[in-house]
Amino acid sequence: MVSTIFLTATALPEVIWIGVIIKAVLILAVIAAIAGFGTYIERKILAFMQRRLGPQHVGPFGLLQLAADGIKLFTKEDIIPQHANKFIFSIAPVITAATAFIALAAVPVFPDFTIPFTDILVPSIASDINVGILFVLGMMAAGLYGPLLAGMSQGNKWGIIGSARTAIQFLSYEVVTGLSVLAPIMMVGSLSFVDFNDYQTDGLWLVVYQPIAFVLFLIAGFAETNRTPFDLLEHEAEIISGYVTEYSGMRWGLFFIGEYANMITIGVIASIVFLGGYNDFLFIPGWIMIIGKIAFSFFFMLWVRAAWPHVRPDQLMWLCWKVLMPLAVINVLITGLVIMI
Amino acid sequence: MSLEQFKNRNVGTQNYVKLDLDHSPTTGWCQFKQVVKRTFKPELFVGLGVTFREMVNALFRGKMHTTQYPFEKLPISPRYRAIHDMLRLLESGNYRCIGCGLCEKICISDCISMETKYDENQRKEVSEYTINFGRCIFCGYCAEVCPELAIVHGGRYENASEQRASFSLFEDMLTPIDQLNLQQEYAGFGAISPNADENVKSTPLAY
Repeated sequence: MVSTIFLTATALPEVIWIGVIIKAVLILAVIAAIAGFGTYIERKILAFMQRRLGPQHVGPFGLLQLAADGIKLFTKEDIIPQHANKFIFSIAPVITAATAFIALAAVPVFPDFTIPFTDILVPSIASDINVGILFVLGMMAAGLYGPLLAGMSQGNKWGIIGSARTAIQFLSYEVVTGLSVLAPIMMVGSLSFVDFNDYQTDGLWLVVYQPIAFVLFLIAGFAETNRTPFDLLEHEAEIISGYVTEYSGMRWGLFFIGEYANMITIGVIASIVFLGGYNDFLFIPGWIMIIGKIAFSFFFMLWVRAAWPHVRPDQLMWLCWKVLMPLAVINVLITGLVIMI
Repeated sequence: MSLEQFKNRNVGTQNYVKLDLDHSPTTGWCQFKQVVKRTFKPELFVGLGVTFREMVNALFRGKMHTTQYPFEKLPISPRYRAIHDMLRLLESGNYRCIGCGLCEKICISDCISMETKYDENQRKEVSEYTINFGRCIFCGYCAEVCPELAIVHGGRYENASEQRASFSLFEDMLTPIDQLNLQQEYAGFGAISPNADENVKSTPLAY
């Protein structure tokens, strides 16, 4: 990751390396903090929707609950089961967390800005690779190796079922994700997130032209991040905790940092590709707009979790292959026809 | 309405209103129509609306359901049989117990023990009175048999302490003399809860 940063820095003359590093630190610090803080937000919002109070005793309004959880996770005994494949068992959580953060390297979050009183330009994106959207989606898909390997290495039946469901889920949603973003890619004619953002600078948001693709992408995004309608991997009522059954302490925590980082990534992609990116909106500056959009998509994921039941694995496959994929293909066809005409 | 109409059990002859349920689809076209109908019925969004409405209710309309237990407590029913209370006479402040020994006699788990003596006015006085809460099954016989309503069941249900004996001495259960004006008269077995009116809910039969 470091090497790509320096390569990009030399390729774009106006962006010096310190700007890229500031951006990378910004993304890491902000997203990692939000990913941890997301657990607090999730517990609070779910509690409110069920007319409970949620965490509120550690610190003001329970804000320090995150610290309490962190201390607990860090100091908890790290148990590796006797018959587990120890090496794979140990690195599986790292795969989930690392891929989630690597995916964020190619995601633009805030607009370009210059640090006051210096000439350091902080670019909107840590690394503007020209296949950004493919890279991000590919990295998030690679993140599913974490649950897959974790479930298979731990020598536990629930873990095996969890990783089998990971494979099912992966095979189901990935087609829909790819096909649903294909239509916007055709309209923009680029795979770079910056181009997606610039395309919507003057015109309408892409969700106006591509509502079906937006809905399909959201559905696939829920499956990609294991959020509730599709949380087959770890559904407690059926398979204990699925792939995290045998994990404890910080290894368990890494899975969830990865999951929350993925939720934010999906929110960023949905905002950039479909909802106008970090462009100014009327008088509202762009960085407030993008934060608002990411926050709303995060809230929407929690809202859905409070409201909807989850589906069975066969229902997920039925939905993805028999309903969503044909819809996505038809959408791509119609988009292509309209562009040709 | 006459009695015969109530006694008529012949299904089909009464004025039943049948529910307007959809029939399960038979042909492929019907199945397709059902799928389309269910797809565009915004029921998922109704679900989202319900949770959002409940969040607004909880946050802004004071319908939060949580009772923060150690700091606030729900009123307890007078039927509840927790740690006993020893009541005093309101006029004189003397304790009501006349030392008759009925509670000790009737106690089926044999946990009440008392010693009595005559005081200087030849009035019977309780010198020792303990209840062994390790044995007490909170059956309520002692409160029921007491002719003076001296021993009743109170609402003190938090029994965690370093020693069981912390609750069980006569002085611990007796109404403190400075709180005599706060002493609640025993409502009796079968009395309704103090917040019974709030708890009445209409039966959800309005289908």
